[in-house]
Amino acid sequence: MSVIGRVGDYFRNSQVWGSVFRHGVPRDRRTRAMAVLSNVFLHLHPVAVRKSGIRLSFTWCMGGLTFFLFLAETVTGVLLMFYYRPTVEYAYVDIQGLRAHVTLGLLREIHRWGAHAMVIAIWLHMLRVFLTGSYKPPREFNWGVGVILLVLTLLLSFTGYLLPWDQLAIWAITVGSNMARATPFLGHEGPGASLLQVAGVPLVTAGSDARFGLLAGTFVGPNALLRFYVLHCVFIPVVVTVLIAVHFWRIRKDGGISGPL
Amino acid sequence: MFEILANSGASLGERFRGLVNWLCAPEKFVSLATVGFILALVAYRKWTKPKVILTVTILFSIFYFGSMTDHNFFKIITKPDNVPITMLIFFTGFVTWLAFRQAAINDERTERGEPLLEAGSDDKVLVWPDLVYTELICLVLCTVFLIVWAIILKAPLEPPANPSVIPNPSKAPWYFLGLQELLVYFDPWIAGVLLPGLIIFGLVALPFIDKNPRGNGYYTLKERPFVISVYMFGWVIMWIVLIIVGTFLRGPNWNFFGPYEYWDSHRPVALLNINVSDVFWIVMPSKWNLPWKPGLPNQAALGGLVPAYIIREAPGLVLLGFYFFVMPVLLAKTAFKKIFSQLGMIRYVVFWILMSWMLLVPIKMVLRWLFNLKYFLAITEWFFNV
Repeated sequence: MSVIGRVGDYFRNSQVWGSVFRHGVPRDRRTRAMAVLSNVFLHLHPVAVRKSGIRLSFTWCMGGLTFFLFLAETVTGVLLMFYYRPTVEYAYVDIQGLRAHVTLGLLREIHRWGAHAMVIAIWLHMLRVFLTGSYKPPREFNWGVGVILLVLTLLLSFTGYLLPWDQLAIWAITVGSNMARATPFLGHEGPGASLLQVAGVPLVTAGSDARFGLLAGTFVGPNALLRFYVLHCVFIPVVVTVLIAVHFWRIRKDGGISGPL
Repeated sequence: MFEILANSGASLGERFRGLVNWLCAPEKFVSLATVGFILALVAYRKWTKPKVILTVTILFSIFYFGSMTDHNFFKIITKPDNVPITMLIFFTGFVTWLAFRQAAINDERTERGEPLLEAGSDDKVLVWPDLVYTELICLVLCTVFLIVWAIILKAPLEPPANPSVIPNPSKAPWYFLGLQELLVYFDPWIAGVLLPGLIIFGLVALPFIDKNPRGNGYYTLKERPFVISVYMFGWVIMWIVLIIVGTFLRGPNWNFFGPYEYWDSHRPVALLNINVSDVFWIVMPSKWNLPWKPGLPNQAALGGLVPAYIIREAPGLVLLGFYFFVMPVLLAKTAFKKIFSQLGMIRYVVFWILMSWMLLVPIKMVLRWLFNLKYFLAITEWFFNV
């Protein structure tokens, strides 16, 4: 046995190694099964899967990449939060400072391009699931969870778009959030809103409608920036995390990667 | 078209650009895309052959990247936030090919009585190492891709936010450009609230409406042609193509420009949109000898019981009423007879609500481009315009 092999075996037989990995080197069927079963991250997988199910031309690995991009966004996002303050005074200069002074200033680039890539990846994941008919029974519910995750991904990207507080940001968000004021009944320019009034006083006005709720104001201003920041960094990621757990759990419970019945 | 090509004063490049700009007028661009889409569905066994698709890809890449020699196209395509659109076009094209290639192979195999590509459900492999290593490789490649992208291209940072300087055009993020395009043809409550809501609802409802048990877990087109055609129409034409239109063809003042055209913000555009009520009450009686005089009705009828706007909008109400309520009944007895018997009443109603709104989008777009039609139903008094 070579020196490297012997050093490796020394570590793998030590008490420290054994306390972390409660199985031998995954070289035979039993230890390989143990490797998956006894690892909290890997045990998302079953021990064995259908051979044709994991062909790359079948799955495109798009769901996995979406999840990986979500993790990459979380890591870079947390790091970006160290350098960014969500106020009108500081938001823009913080981004400028990040560009100019921070070592590994690629953070923002990775975060932004990763977000774009995540949108594309989740669309293509959905296309694959649709074209293989994998939404059919027994997977109807999990398809629905996936649709909600898709919407949340778009909302994550949309709320993040505002944070640099440049011209691109506020006008894209202005265009996008203007729709909310036309919500039927809930937007002050939506159909039916004029019906909601008490003794001639309208209930739905520019200061109380759906758009106001979204922006915390009647225009994209400081309150909107704070609101989008909290939605982007805390609220939506938490909901997404919970739904991802449900999504993965249900893949297993609904019979794993789909295949001909 | 022939004037552009035969213009002897222009160079070959100018003639080519003129032709492409001409073809990219919205009604031609979307019609061509739709014709191409239908042909692709019908002849999916032909174009998915590796040789054919490789040729198409090479020709398209030459066209796409060759277009970068044009200044205006270059400006659009190199905007940092537009780079994902190039990726979207190529990735979507690639995976669509991959899926339909496998569908073609599977369908041929089924016809010959051979097992599917995905057959052998008892053939199991261990997750370690087969799956975890595939995942690891994908993850590493994705990381490399992302880091290289981040090194090559700086994230955009425009001048600081200024509420008094409105950029022209003001575009939503690229993934919402399809929805923004809908704003041209529908009021915001439809384009921004109702249609997105119906898309989400329709997707969630899909497994409960599609009662076809076949094609579960493998690529096929032959076994579920209707559902795949409808879904792919929504995805490719109503989503991807509209994003492309919004990116490449929409310029200042949200006017249409050819991909090689200079974005002139002072170009005058005639705005002569008319409603169905105008056509019925004004245009028709002034052209033909009809029993009513040209002019919109502005008197309530039956002693104020029927307001004037109901009479004014009666033609649109009849049209939409026919479309939403009579058409499904007629279709259930003819073209959709099989679907109706398969779905039952409740599912069929949900199916028609989704289908009718989805089809209303291209119908209104085409009518706008060809006849400047604005609203079927224009009850502006209530913000209720369709």
